[in-house]
Amino acid sequence: MNALRQTSPWAVAGKYLALALYVAFALFPLYWLAKIAVTPDKLIFSEGTALVPSRFTFENFQTVLLQTDFVAYFRNSLIVSLGTAAITTMIAAAAGYAFSRFDFRGKRLIIALMLITQMFPLLMIIAPIYKIVATLGLLNSLTSLIIVYTAFNIPFATFLMQSFFDGIPKDLEEAGMIDGCTRFEALRKIVLPLTLPGLGATLGFIFTAAWSELLFALMLINSNDAMTFPVGLLTFVSKFSVDWGQMMAAGVLALVPSCLFFIFIQRYLVQGLTTGAVKG
Amino acid sequence: MARIELNNIAKSYGSVEVLRDVNLTIEDGEFIVLVGPSGCGKSTLLRMIAGLEPITGGEFQVDGRRMNEVPPRDRDMAMVFQSYALYPHMDVARNMGFSLEIRKAQKEERSRKIADAARTLGLSSLTERLPRALSGGQRQRVAMGRAIVRDPSAFLFDEPLSNLDAALRVEMRLEIARLHQRLNATMIYVTHDQVEALTLADRIVVLNAGDIQQVGTPLDLYERPSNKFVAQFIGSPTMNILGIDQAENGVKLKDGTLLKVGSEQERRRAHELGVRPEHLDVVAEDAAHMKGVAELVEHLGSDTNIHANVPGVGPVLVRQHGHYPLRAGEAVNIAVDLEKSHLFGVEGQRL
Repeated sequence: MNALRQTSPWAVAGKYLALALYVAFALFPLYWLAKIAVTPDKLIFSEGTALVPSRFTFENFQTVLLQTDFVAYFRNSLIVSLGTAAITTMIAAAAGYAFSRFDFRGKRLIIALMLITQMFPLLMIIAPIYKIVATLGLLNSLTSLIIVYTAFNIPFATFLMQSFFDGIPKDLEEAGMIDGCTRFEALRKIVLPLTLPGLGATLGFIFTAAWSELLFALMLINSNDAMTFPVGLLTFVSKFSVDWGQMMAAGVLALVPSCLFFIFIQRYLVQGLTTGAVKG
Repeated sequence: MARIELNNIAKSYGSVEVLRDVNLTIEDGEFIVLVGPSGCGKSTLLRMIAGLEPITGGEFQVDGRRMNEVPPRDRDMAMVFQSYALYPHMDVARNMGFSLEIRKAQKEERSRKIADAARTLGLSSLTERLPRALSGGQRQRVAMGRAIVRDPSAFLFDEPLSNLDAALRVEMRLEIARLHQRLNATMIYVTHDQVEALTLADRIVVLNAGDIQQVGTPLDLYERPSNKFVAQFIGSPTMNILGIDQAENGVKLKDGTLLKVGSEQERRRAHELGVRPEHLDVVAEDAAHMKGVAELVEHLGSDTNIHANVPGVGPVLVRQHGHYPLRAGEAVNIAVDLEKSHLFGVEGQRL
């Protein structure tokens, strides 16, 4: 707008400095995780706070992968997280579509109930949940985790999906219905392709939430076979010592699927897929 | 090709009535324009015809067959939306051919029809583009192409030009008129723009607050509006409405001027006088019915609009053909074309 007003180089430098500080602050824990993972055990305490260790080793990774149950935890977590993300997203997409497009009796009540469920601290309901799961005979099973995670994530995921559906003009479906689609065909051929970013975001969010969940997993799972990854991490803590190196190595490995998952879905997260639908 | 009949059509949302007792027969090949101010129910009526909005009362027939419960996909009508509603993830060709794709038409037939429509609308070079890479006018054409490709029994237009700029609007208006001449299909067109209504329609349906005010040819509505609402809605600039008092052998303007209009019977119920700006003339002082002062003069080149204030009568708009050399603040003497003025009763009905 104002050609006379030039951005001062100091302001630019200040902006980048602030950004750099923020990035460093946010990424430091991750760096520290990776650093400890590659530091030989003997140096962890002696070199303590040095930013870069004097020697590197992949021994911790080797131990974690070959001599612990890490691979089993990892597989369990993958099953639970993928299962939760898939089921939750499917239900949330259907519910979100209904909230976005239809008016039905009790709609406000259901929305209110879903909001209320989000207000309680999880600690309060752990005991009843344990009781229910125990009665059903599902303790120590991955199924119980998938059910519980799905139940807890559906409200948020539904609101998320509803907002994505709200962003798709109703005209598009109506045009499709006039062009010869049934409502379901219009949903499948027109709305669904446009909702892929929304589905991607929801999948990613739920996957991450389930991947890192500890509280319920700790309560509902005792047997080593069914342990998920966050619970498994605790096995590196023994009564007298903590195996920091191995724990951190396991942590680094745990980041891999999350990263892969987001790389996979990030192309669906690209916004602006609906531009051009309605007037420009 | 279709003859469309609306019998006592009504629409209400709960206890809110938005359309009442709509009766209308649309002949095969007719171009009908539904016009009215926003909120009058014209778009709702169109959506009811399309099948997007349930009909809550009355019967809707196409070629004698009841259609109230038929879903939109089986009504064989194409609709052009105000927002265009192009499928953003499909290129122009697929957008236009989507209805054929759904109906599982042969691939050759599909591409032939798409190519035909694209050629008619000047879109041949754009068929592989996505909607987001098109200008507003081009998107509008694609939306029309989508309708043409289907060769439907009726075309429905929901304010299709209101998102375009003025020049493009005129161009697309001509294009729609040409399309109607060429296809000779039944078309129902919703707009709030009376110029579109007057230029395109075989017959215009004027709606206000859920009621049909009048149905007629453009000239009918202009020359014989059935009430004050239609009189003021059709025609630009708007008709002057002047308060009157009854008198022996005419009506008196509020400043006491006697005007000899109407029959005795009409005058007895007359409440207001309506006269279009183009039926007022600036004349010499001795021929004038009203003497006022020009407050604002708009020189449009083809016309001159004189906003005058007449003491006792109020503001009066006079339209003179061509350039009229008058400046604000000058005195202006106005004559009324008594033949072309209208008397309105207390309830606004034309007498």
